[in-house]
Amino acid sequence: MSGERLDGLSVRDVRVSFDGFTAVDGVSLEVPAGDIRFLIGPNGAGKTTLVDAITGLVRATGSVRFGDEELLGRPVHRISRLGIGRTFQTSTVFEELSVLQNLDIAAGARRSWATLVRRRRGVPDEIAAALETIGLAERAADLAGTLAHGQKQWLEIGMLLVQDARLLLLDEPVAGMSHEERDATGALLELVSRDRTVVVIEHDMDFLRRFARSVTVLHGGRVLSEGTVAQVQADPRVQEVYLGHPVDAGSARTGLEA
Amino acid sequence: MTAVTPAPPSTAVRPAPAGAVPPGRPAGRSRLRTLAGFAFGAALLFAVAPLVLSDFRLALLAKYLCVAMVAVGIGIAWGRGGMLTLGQGVFFGLGGYAMAMHLKLAAAGPGGMPDFMQLYGQLDELPLWWRPFASPWFALPATVLLPMAVAFGLGSLVFRRRVRGAYFAILSQALAAAMVILLIGQQGTTGGTNGLTDIKGFFGYDLYDPVNQRMVYFIIAGTLLALLALTRQLIHSRYGELLVAVRDGEERVRFLGYDPASVKLVAYVVAAGMAGLAGALFVPAVGIISPALIGIVPSIEFVIGVAVGGRATLLGPVLGAVAVAWARTALSERFPGTWTYLQGLLFVVVVAFLPGGLASLWALARRRDVAAQPLWRGRLSLGRRRAERTEVPAA
Repeated sequence: MSGERLDGLSVRDVRVSFDGFTAVDGVSLEVPAGDIRFLIGPNGAGKTTLVDAITGLVRATGSVRFGDEELLGRPVHRISRLGIGRTFQTSTVFEELSVLQNLDIAAGARRSWATLVRRRRGVPDEIAAALETIGLAERAADLAGTLAHGQKQWLEIGMLLVQDARLLLLDEPVAGMSHEERDATGALLELVSRDRTVVVIEHDMDFLRRFARSVTVLHGGRVLSEGTVAQVQADPRVQEVYLGHPVDAGSARTGLEA
Repeated sequence: MTAVTPAPPSTAVRPAPAGAVPPGRPAGRSRLRTLAGFAFGAALLFAVAPLVLSDFRLALLAKYLCVAMVAVGIGIAWGRGGMLTLGQGVFFGLGGYAMAMHLKLAAAGPGGMPDFMQLYGQLDELPLWWRPFASPWFALPATVLLPMAVAFGLGSLVFRRRVRGAYFAILSQALAAAMVILLIGQQGTTGGTNGLTDIKGFFGYDLYDPVNQRMVYFIIAGTLLALLALTRQLIHSRYGELLVAVRDGEERVRFLGYDPASVKLVAYVVAAGMAGLAGALFVPAVGIISPALIGIVPSIEFVIGVAVGGRATLLGPVLGAVAVAWARTALSERFPGTWTYLQGLLFVVVVAFLPGGLASLWALARRRDVAAQPLWRGRLSLGRRRAERTEVPAA
C-alpha cells in the first residue's frame, strides 16, 4: 500500500523530565523494520511519555532515529511528515466531519494550496483502499461522531494509513473494545505491519500474547526487560514488578492484567 | 525475537460487507440549488428591495449589508475556524478610514487638505502617511490589503504561540480598544472622536443624489453576493474541511502533518479582508467613519449578529447580521433605550439554547451541511433525534 521502504525505529538514551521529575530515564530500544512491538509497564512507567517524545510533543534529550532521520528537536508536524503517525488513548477523530472527510484530511498534509482551495471530487484511490482495509466503506458518508467506539479506533488507524505513516505508534488501541473488535484490530495490525513498523502501548495481556512480535517492558522510566512474549513473561524481574513476587508463567496470565 | 505470524484473512477486519463508497453529496443537484439560491438573493436585493423600500430605508439596508459582509468573514473565522474574533472593528475601521481618507483628499482637490485639518489648524501641510491615499490606485487596494496585512502580522504572532479560545478573543478585543485610543489621541490627523465626516462625493458622484446613493447600494449588494460565492467555495473546499478539523482538534491536525497556525491564519486574514471591504463600502453608504463605529461595542455587535444567525453556516451570519441591525433600528425608533438590554438578552438566549443560531432551525429540517450540525447536537432533544438518524447512510 505504501510502497516505500521499510524503516526501523532506534531510540537511544532518551530522557524526559518535567520540573525535576524524570518520566523517561535513559530509554534505549531498537524496533526493527516491520516489527509489531508492544510497550508495556505499570502506570507511570513512561510509555506514553516516550511516544510523546518520539512524536515531538514533549522535549527530550538523547536520540530517536527513524530510518536515517533524527526526530528529536523537530516540531510535531515535521515529524509527522517523515512518516510517523500516532493515535491517542482517547479517540480523536474529527467527529463533526464524515469518515471520508477525516481520511481525506489525513491524506492531505502534502497537498498544495492550489489543491486545498478546490473541492474534493470523488474518492481518491488510497482512501478507497483504506476504507476497505478498516471496514468502514459503508460508513464513508457518515459523521465520524456517529461511529461506535471500535470503529473510531479503526478510523484512526485508517487515517494513519492514508497519511502514509511508515511508523505507527498506537496508544491503547483496543481499550474498551469487545472481543470481536479486538480480533479485528489485531488482524488489522498484522495486515498493516507488512509494510510498516508498528509500536503498540497496551495493557491487555491477552491481546499482547496474540499479536505482539516483540515486547519491551518499561518500569520507572527505564527498560526493564525486552524480548519475545515468552521471554518477557518468563523474566523474574517483570513478574516482580507486576506482582510483587516471582511466579511461574501460568499464573502470570491473569496477574499481568492488573 | 520476531515471531512469524501468518497473514490474516483481510475479511477479519471487515465487520460490514464491503460496498461501494457512497458519494459525498450529489454535486449536480447541489449546484443547481446554489444557483437558484443566488438568483433568488440577487432578485431580492436588486429588484424587490429597491422597489418596495424608500430611499431612506434602502440606505439603511446598504448599511446593514456592510455589516453582513463583516459577518460573513466572522462566520469563516469563528464558525468554521473557531477563532472568536471580538475585534473585527479594527479591520472594518482600517478599510473605512482608508476609503474615507481618499474621499476626503479627493474632495479637497490636488494639494488640498481635508477640512478638519484646516479647522484644527495644527498642521501646515498634509501628513506624510496621508499622501499615498490621494491616489485611488493606492487607496482602493489598501482598503482590503491593509487589514489583511495587519491580520497576517498579528495572526502569525498569535497562532504560532498557540494563543486561542478566550485569550484570543480578549486579545482581539484589546486590539479594537487600542485602535480607538490611537485614533482619538491623534485628533489632528485622524479627526479624533468625530472621525472623518461629511463625505459627500464618491469618485465624482454626488452622494446626496438619491440616484447615486442607489448606485452605492447596488455596489454593496453585488459585493456581498460575490463574497458569499467566494465563501461558499472556501467552506466546501478541502481547505474548508481542514479548517473545521483544526477548529475541533488542533493538536490532532498537527499530528497529521499540518501546521494548524497557517490554516487558521488564512481564515483570519480572509475575514479581515472582508471586514476591510465592508468598511470601505460603509463610508459612501453612510458618509462617515468614526471611532464609535469600529470600537469594542460595534465589534461585539458584529459577533452577535453572527451568533444569532448561525455561525457555522453560509447564510446564517448574513441573515443574522441584517436581522439584528434591522431590529435595532426598528426597536430604537419605538422604544429608545431598551435595545441594549434586548440585544444582550438575545445573545444569551441564542448561546444558551440555540448555539447553532437560527440557521440550525433550518438545518433541523434540511440537514445538508455536515459541519453546521454539531454546534447544537446534544443540546436539544430534536438535535439528538437527528443525530441518530444520521446513522443511516445518506441516500
